[in-house]
Amino acid sequence: MTDVDVTGLDGPRAFTPVRRRTGIGWGREALRVVLVYLGLMALSALVLLPLGWMLTVALKPDDVSVFTTPPEWFPTTFFDWDNFARALTDPARPFALYLFNTVWIEVFVVLGSVVSCALVAYPLARMDFRGRNVVFTIIVLSMLIPWQGLMVPQFLVFFELGWYGTYLPLIVPSFFGTAFFIFLIRQYMMSIPKELDEAARLDGAGPFRIFWSIILPLSKPALAVCAVFTFLATWNDLLGPVIYLNRNDQFTAAVGLAGFVSRQNQDFNLLMAANIVTIIPVMVLYFVAQKYLIGGIASVGLKG
Amino acid sequence: MPRAVAVRRVRSRLTPWLFLSPWIIGFLAFTAIPAVLAVGMSFTNWNLRFDPQFVGLDNYAEMLTDDYRFWSSLRITGIYLALSVPIYMALGLAAALLLNQKVWGIRLFRTILFLPSVLSGVAVAVLWLLLLNGDAGAVNSFLRSLGIEHPPQWFDDPNWAVPALVITGLWTVLGNGAIIYLAGLQNISPTLYEAAAIDGAGAWTRFRSVTIPLLTPTLFFMLLTTIIAGFQVFDTAFTIGTGRGSGDSLRFYLIYLWEAAFRDGRLGYASALSIVLFVIGTGLVLLLLRTQGRWVHYEDGN
Repeated sequence: MTDVDVTGLDGPRAFTPVRRRTGIGWGREALRVVLVYLGLMALSALVLLPLGWMLTVALKPDDVSVFTTPPEWFPTTFFDWDNFARALTDPARPFALYLFNTVWIEVFVVLGSVVSCALVAYPLARMDFRGRNVVFTIIVLSMLIPWQGLMVPQFLVFFELGWYGTYLPLIVPSFFGTAFFIFLIRQYMMSIPKELDEAARLDGAGPFRIFWSIILPLSKPALAVCAVFTFLATWNDLLGPVIYLNRNDQFTAAVGLAGFVSRQNQDFNLLMAANIVTIIPVMVLYFVAQKYLIGGIASVGLKG
Repeated sequence: MPRAVAVRRVRSRLTPWLFLSPWIIGFLAFTAIPAVLAVGMSFTNWNLRFDPQFVGLDNYAEMLTDDYRFWSSLRITGIYLALSVPIYMALGLAAALLLNQKVWGIRLFRTILFLPSVLSGVAVAVLWLLLLNGDAGAVNSFLRSLGIEHPPQWFDDPNWAVPALVITGLWTVLGNGAIIYLAGLQNISPTLYEAAAIDGAGAWTRFRSVTIPLLTPTLFFMLLTTIIAGFQVFDTAFTIGTGRGSGDSLRFYLIYLWEAAFRDGRLGYASALSIVLFVIGTGLVLLLLRTQGRWVHYEDGN
């Protein structure tokens, strides 16, 4: 149960080439494979070359132009790894501090989001009570609300609470559940056999105990999707921190990076070094949790 | 009925609501009350310095008759939608078709192509701002090598800033869209293709008569989310900045809303802008949902 293929991309129905039975032969098949590889390599180049160029620029010394003709896609001449240390510790833009701030926010947001979404999803998936369908419908419909339309009144609420200039407006809402993840986790919890609850109830376990000891452990894949996406959304969020944070030493990585650009500075090597530094955690997450990430996105399309 | 049983029954009635309470409180505090507040504030000249006054429909009147930034932000958003929706949808599908092929190493290619979709709008904007540099950026030096002597100045040219942002967005959107299309493609039963092939249908006919109709739910979903995303452009445009050579050409609707509220401090006016965004957004979603019956094909049991 814990190692369910949540991606669905490699299930039994994946890879189903349709071989024509008319038998034109392997010449056509070979042509297809060649064309497919050409297309795949072109696409991969479009993704990888900009990333390689970014690393090349980040490793250049200050007095070398970042632009060359033709562009250098991979670092060959300059390897100023020191640039990363400079970007991290620059007193005007301390990216080490920005990263620390972002991680600090993440701890609360991810935890709050996973716990609250699981709590709310549980009765919707596994209890019979009056009003369940009404609540579920409201949750689904609330996904369609563009929350940006609410940023002004929300700001006023947080401002009156005295939370402006603190992390609270970025953290606290995550403890109250996010419609989309509630939906996702609920769908997953529905697939757990009902007999497990029955057996536990006969053994005298209450609803919270059943939730904690049976349903929650079995829902790990869905919870992981929730955690990974919440982490990404928080890491990449610009609008929230830009509205609520007003001191340089509070900034998140995204705000620090956006501010780096708008100063019209020409330290492109440091800018790219800072950019890479903020990207690395996300890339690591991507490679570690690819299964959940891709599965999550795929399920959006299928269930949405 | 014994008292203990009654207590237990009440308690078991309350249990689900106890679990639901975080969401109910959050929905009231962060969605329902702010929504009501937004409507109320939109009829005032609310700012943080003076006591707000009721101004009736003044905010809406100003928007419609006396605010060129409102109209220009709508126009910019509209141009972005007109460019991004067809391009993102078509190329996303093309990439997914490619990634759906059975060839050796396809997993590696998928991993590479999906990678940019996790990067932030800020990070991608920072990267593409330099790649699309008018004088010496990689894109323009490539275009010059193709013999185009005067390639576009991209973000430094008001006419090219929005297309440049579409290109910037494409880099991340492509992978994301491809994953969703791919999931849709793999949900199509292979027996349908086999049946079509036995009937003598060529690749193009199979694509047109099997893939496209069965993919319409996914296409519909992508259309909906791409349009919604167009109204929510913020991070990339904000990072590249409204004050560059591109002038005001990147002031998208949400950027203008942010400026009105948090730079000019006109919370009442910004609330009115929010309401308009809400009405346009909800209207478009409803409109699309209504057309869905005509062209979206749902398999039985879905």
